[in-house]
Amino acid sequence: MYNLILFLVLLTLGYAVGQYAERRHYRSILEREEKYSGLPAIASKYPPQQPHYGQALVTGSTVVSVDYFKRFLAALRNLFGGRVTAYESLLDRARRESLLRMKQQAAALGADMVFNVKYETASISKGNGNTIGSIEVLAYGTALIAPPAR
Amino acid sequence: MLISNLELIPGRKVIEHLGLVQGSSVRAKHVGRDIMAGLKNIFGGELKGYTELLQESREEAMQRLQRQAEAVGANAILNVRFSTSSVAQGAAEIYVYGTAVVLD
Repeated sequence: MYNLILFLVLLTLGYAVGQYAERRHYRSILEREEKYSGLPAIASKYPPQQPHYGQALVTGSTVVSVDYFKRFLAALRNLFGGRVTAYESLLDRARRESLLRMKQQAAALGADMVFNVKYETASISKGNGNTIGSIEVLAYGTALIAPPAR
Repeated sequence: MLISNLELIPGRKVIEHLGLVQGSSVRAKHVGRDIMAGLKNIFGGELKGYTELLQESREEAMQRLQRQAEAVGANAILNVRFSTSSVAQGAAEIYVYGTAVVLD
């Protein structure tokens, strides 16, 4: 009985706080995506030949975790199969946040664009039951910095 | 030292390839961070402690990469890649590798 109450409390707590935090995070992501829309991240390996841009490696990383409620949803999904939206939104948030952090670093260097952007995803707390728990997403690329006008 | 994940630098030529250089770092977090992470597992959201931890260890791996490149006499590292793997519960390995070259 006690366990059931604890479980329900965690579930509601996870739902309330998790939903609130996610909505707030998405709002902040959209805001910053707008802000950095002038600094494109490009997945091409071949930088423009002219002018001779300066280069610097830029990175951005995020570690995020799902809340208790979403983990419960995902566990249910494991029974029936199908799309696990709970984890989809988690990964989406982490990717976009990492890309924004990378862009932020590039903007601080005065870059015009970021080339050869790569993502790297790793699950951090593996072995903790068989849930995904938390994931790390790293975004990295080469910032191209325009040479000073001669 | 120029570090880039592109394969060529416009306007500069690669004179010499010096082979693969690498740097790695394995770190574990301390207990305080673990407890915070446990709470976050209920509420969800970003684990700032882990983000910082991984960033620090990535910087360390980059320093090792750079030191190795300096040792072989390179002045640039091209085509740099990152890779992360969780070795055990609570520890992650960060691995960075790239090609050491001499640019004119």
